[in-house]
Order: sequence, then C-alpha cells, then structure tokens
Amino acid sequence: MSEKRIDSGNAAAALAVQLAGAEVIAAYPITPQTPLTEKLSEMIAAGKMDAEYVAVESEHSALGVCIGAASAGVRTFTATSSNGLLYMSEQLHWAAGARLPLVMCVVNRGVGAPWSVWNDHQDAISQRDTGWIQVFAKDHQEIVDMTLKAFRLAEAVHIPVMVNYDGYYLSHTYMPFELPEAQAVKDFLPPYRYLHALDPQHPESLNTVTLPDARRDIHGVRQGGYMDIRHNLHQEMRQAMELWEEIDADFRQRFGRGGAPILDPYRCEDADFVVVAMGTLANQFHDVVDHLREQEGLKVGVLALQMYRPFPTARIAAALQNVKGVMVYEKGLSYGNQGALFADLKSALYPYPNHPRLHNYIVGLGGRDIRTEDLQRTLKEACLQEQQVAPEQQDTPQWIGLQL
Amino acid sequence: MDWITAMTSVAKTTVLGLTEEEFIHPGNRACAGCGLSVLYRIGTKALGRDCIFVVPPSCLTVMQGLYPIAASQLPIFNGTFASTAAIATGVRAAMKRLGKQTQVVAWAGDGGTADIGIQALSGALERGEDIIYICYDNEAYMNTGVQRSGTTPQGSLTTTTPYCGKREGSKNVPAIVAAHNPAYVATCSAAFPLDFHDKLLKAKQIRGLKYIHIQTPCPPGWGCEERMTIKIGKAAVESGMFDLYEIENGQKILSEPSRRLLDKSRQRPVTEYLGMQVRFKALSKEQVSAIQEGVDHKWEEYRREFGEG
Repeated sequence: MSEKRIDSGNAAAALAVQLAGAEVIAAYPITPQTPLTEKLSEMIAAGKMDAEYVAVESEHSALGVCIGAASAGVRTFTATSSNGLLYMSEQLHWAAGARLPLVMCVVNRGVGAPWSVWNDHQDAISQRDTGWIQVFAKDHQEIVDMTLKAFRLAEAVHIPVMVNYDGYYLSHTYMPFELPEAQAVKDFLPPYRYLHALDPQHPESLNTVTLPDARRDIHGVRQGGYMDIRHNLHQEMRQAMELWEEIDADFRQRFGRGGAPILDPYRCEDADFVVVAMGTLANQFHDVVDHLREQEGLKVGVLALQMYRPFPTARIAAALQNVKGVMVYEKGLSYGNQGALFADLKSALYPYPNHPRLHNYIVGLGGRDIRTEDLQRTLKEACLQEQQVAPEQQDTPQWIGLQL
Repeated sequence: MDWITAMTSVAKTTVLGLTEEEFIHPGNRACAGCGLSVLYRIGTKALGRDCIFVVPPSCLTVMQGLYPIAASQLPIFNGTFASTAAIATGVRAAMKRLGKQTQVVAWAGDGGTADIGIQALSGALERGEDIIYICYDNEAYMNTGVQRSGTTPQGSLTTTTPYCGKREGSKNVPAIVAAHNPAYVATCSAAFPLDFHDKLLKAKQIRGLKYIHIQTPCPPGWGCEERMTIKIGKAAVESGMFDLYEIENGQKILSEPSRRLLDKSRQRPVTEYLGMQVRFKALSKEQVSAIQEGVDHKWEEYRREFGEG
C-alpha cells in the first residue's frame, strides 16, 4: 500500500532514499540539507533502514565514501548544499568520469562569500559541467518520485544524478506527498549493478592514468584514450534524456504520477509568451500566468525545466521556436555574463530561423524575497514591449528586487 | 588485564619462507632503485589476493601502469588526492554490506597522507575504520619532481627549498596517527622489507585501523646512486634517525633493527646517513651537530624507556 504523508521536503527525500534501498550513506551536515542526513541516520539507528551510515568529516569525504562503496558494488547516497557541494567539486568530476551510478540530493542554497544560508541555484549551476545529470524538483512529491527515478537512471547509464530542490521553500516546508509501496519500488528499481565493481576475483585497475591516444591492451585490443572516454560520457549523457522519459513512463504506469519528466508546461498550448524557470520558481509562476491571462488577456504560459543537464536542446527548441517571447527567470548566473539558463536556452534556439525575443531576469539570490507582483509586472512589461531594444540591452539580464 | 596488553604475534618470515607467488609484474614504471617497488612487491606477498587497493596520485599510480595496462594483479581504485582514507572507508563499508572479509588497503605517499590527505585520514582514524593504511614516505613530493612535503626533514634540499634546504622541521606523522589511538601503528623501512612483510601479516589479524609508515629512500629525490637505496635506508635506522616500532593497544615496542640501538655502541653517527645523499649537502657543520644531538637525546629517552639496566 502506498502511504500519504504530510512532512518536510527533507523527510520526503530521506524516505525516498530508504525506499530505494541505498546501502551506504555518507553525509556531512550543512544547512538546509541537515535534516535529511539526520533523518537517514535516525532511520538506520532505529533499524528502520538496513544500511551503513558513515559520519564523515567533510563533504569531500562524503562523496569519497560513496565513490568507494559504489565502485565496490553497493548502492549509495549522499546529500549536501551550497559550499558543501563546492567542496565536493573535484569528487563530482571524479564520480562522473569513473561512471559511477551515484545519486545525491542537493538542497539548493546561495554560495559564500558572504555567507548565506538561504535559497538560490548558484550551487548547482556552478557544477553544471561536472558530467552529472541534474534534475530539479518543484514540490515534495517530485522530490520522492525524482529520487526514485534518479537511482534507476544513474544505474542504467552509469552516470551520477543530482536531484536538486530548493532550500527552505521545499526542504523545511510541510506538504502532502505519497510514498509508493516498498515492494513496488523494488520491482521498479532492479538490484544495483556496476560493471567494473572492485573484486579480487576479477581484478581491474580503475581510473588509471590514461594517455592522450588510444592504446592496445595485452590482448591486442585497442582501447580509447582520455578523449574517447570523455566523449562516451558526453554521448551517453545525451542519450540519458530519452531513457529518463522511458523511466518516467514506466514509473507513471506503476504509480500513476509523471508525464513531464524533462519539460513541464503550464498553459503553454496557445501561449504567445512563455516563462522558463526551474524548481519552485516555476510553480510560483502558475499564479502569475493565471493572473495575466485573466486580468490582462495576455496569452502566457510557464515551462518548468525539470532536467538541466543534459540540456534538452531539441525539446526546448521544439517547445519554444514558434512563440513570440521567452522570459527566463533564474536564481543563478555566470558572473560577468548573464543567466546560465538564459545562455543555454539562447544557444538552443539559435539554429532556428524564427526564434523568439528573449528576456533574462535574475531573481531571489541568497533568499531575496521573490514577490509575485514583481514577477507579474516584469512579465507583463516584457509581453507588451513594442519598441525595438538595442540587441546588447535585450541580451543583458535585469535584476529583480534589488535594494540598492 | 591480559586481553588489553596482549600483542598480536606472527612468526618471523625469512627470504626462504617468502611466498614465490608474484602479484606485481616486472618491467613496471618504477625508477631504477625505487624503494617503493621493493615494498610493493614484498607487501603484496604478505597481503595476498583477497584485497582491494585504494591509491591517490603518487609514484604508485604511475608504477601500477598506464591504461589499459596494469603492473598489478590486484583490484585497484585510483582516486582523488585528498580522499584516500574516505574512499577506502567506502570500499570497506561495501565489503561489510556484501558480507566479504576482503582486506581494504589504502596505499599513499607522504603528500597524500601527511599533507593533502590528513583530514580524511584523521576522520577514518577517529571512526576506527577496519582498513590498512600504508604511507610510503619518501620525504618529498617525488612524483611531481621533488618538492618539499610536510615530512621533508629540516635542511633537506628540494626544488621548492633550494640553496639552503627546508627551514622547518618535519611532521611526526606516526605520532599524529597514534594520538588518535588506532588499533595498530607501525613504522617500517624499505631497507627492511621482511619487517614490513611481517607487520602486514600482523595488521591483517587486527580489526580497526592499522597504520604503517615506511621510510622509503628515493634515489632521484634524495640524490644518490640507484644501488644505494637499501644502504641509505639501513643507515637511517642504524644511526637512530628513523626508528622502527609498533604501537598496539597503546603499548609501544621497538622493532628488532632499532632495538639493537639500545646498546649505544651499535648506534652509527648520523654523518654516515647524511653524507650519502646530495639533498643534505647544504647542511652546515652546526646543523649536522644539532641533528646528532637531537638523535642522541631521543635515544637517551628510548634507553630510559626500553633499556634493560
């Protein structure tokens, strides 16, 4: 029997990890992820979860423990936020390069300096090029479902998956969600496998120094060099999008939820203008879109981006190439340039002849309140923008809610 | 109280008793005269096949071969520099889940242990992870071309302490480890590989974290001929500069090659050891005297602690 609960987003994540049957958990506390770690250690100590909990001394070691355990053939999990994720950064690259099917929850938080414990997406965005698959949840139910699907995807493609959800907005708020039945999850998620598990019976040297060029092994078989290995990671990461859709379809058949694993549109069918956002911000736009449609007669919709890496280039282009305007609202940026999501989206649309006018807004950094009326006002202005704006100005992000 | 003070014992291995089975292929990428290559070959004979290695960037990474060729017949995880003990912890946790007794062996250099890796090592020590952690200490960052490390001795020339040698003293890593009260701490020398072999046999029998620190002469880094590796290693021990000992259940005992020095007449002057290596040529007479005084003082303490009369 599935079970309905009202609990925090962190508890939802912990319960999903329990259901997924992770066997080695290593984590280091950091706000706002800490209650997730505490919940896992509590369940293990109480005998409700059969796993090893390793209380490590840092995030670098947390992922190190997971890397070791996953390489030796066991399903693992860790979680972090903000500077904890950045402290892991080297290990993120390593885990992806080693093709380890890890799953990690990142409870998104602003990055220091100065210190901020509040939400934005800079932590995850800054790690977008590590070779991890990155998905973003919008509510507690998605945290549960995405985490379960993440284990299946990671183990199918041998690429680690980062499940992102907003600090405080989701981690510390209570919402209803449904937990699938344990046996049904077991059926959905086959036993863990890693193709090159460390085993004295079949010794292999993993992540050895690899030369620039392909080289023959002792059997005379030509094996790729570093560039070939990295190319495979990229190619298989691109293929992961289709697999993620298949996994979602299977999940939907079993549990009745899903259907929008990569792009989750709201009132986009006839939209002239579409907002693109990730995480809870996309949900906040539902009210904005309803208001502008009903009060202003503007045909607007919002497209939630559920998967940020691999970037769903073709799917985005198909969804947006015929609209008049696209407004990208985001909680992170590539400093000195513009919003990272905006730049990605622009490059996805560039090859198409009739690409829409694009607007970029930076909001909510370090937990700055994102006021719905500001979203309404800026979105309306963008929709009604008539005069041509100089290209450079059009391409410059606007910061919403500054208090300078 | 017997159970607390009891020390694990193993029979002494001789060259004749050493297994003929080889786990490391000849013709690997070790430099000529490499102290590590002796240790790796003999160490794996003690460890046997049922083990998994975790290795950070180090000379060992290179010695083990470049993809897709391996010099070792054992499973190896090459991991990031700072996380050897953490990765080994993860491998051990997986073995526990899988119900396997497989020995997990972390094998790192002095940089990977004493400097960049000390945080993860300290964490694993505090948690009492059931692993063997081996530090082969060649007293500088040799794999990157002889830069100073935390264990480089005072006065030693390296590429980052040129002309006058290192100003600072070295970290006493086994003492730092021992302060965590692990199950077992031992020091070894590449010049006494059978002592290392038997300490590994002992470590295999002990649960908890076993730390073995090995002084490992490096001809290109220390500035000596390749044939001098063992001679220099022996001179370090026989001059009393590097001590071989074990700490089990908090009890420290000197190992045989060092115990001989309790008889003061067996202690060779440090000049013999220092004089064999180019890295010490910047030492002044006063510095050499100070080193001799320090060694003498240490051994006076040892003789008081362990001497018979």
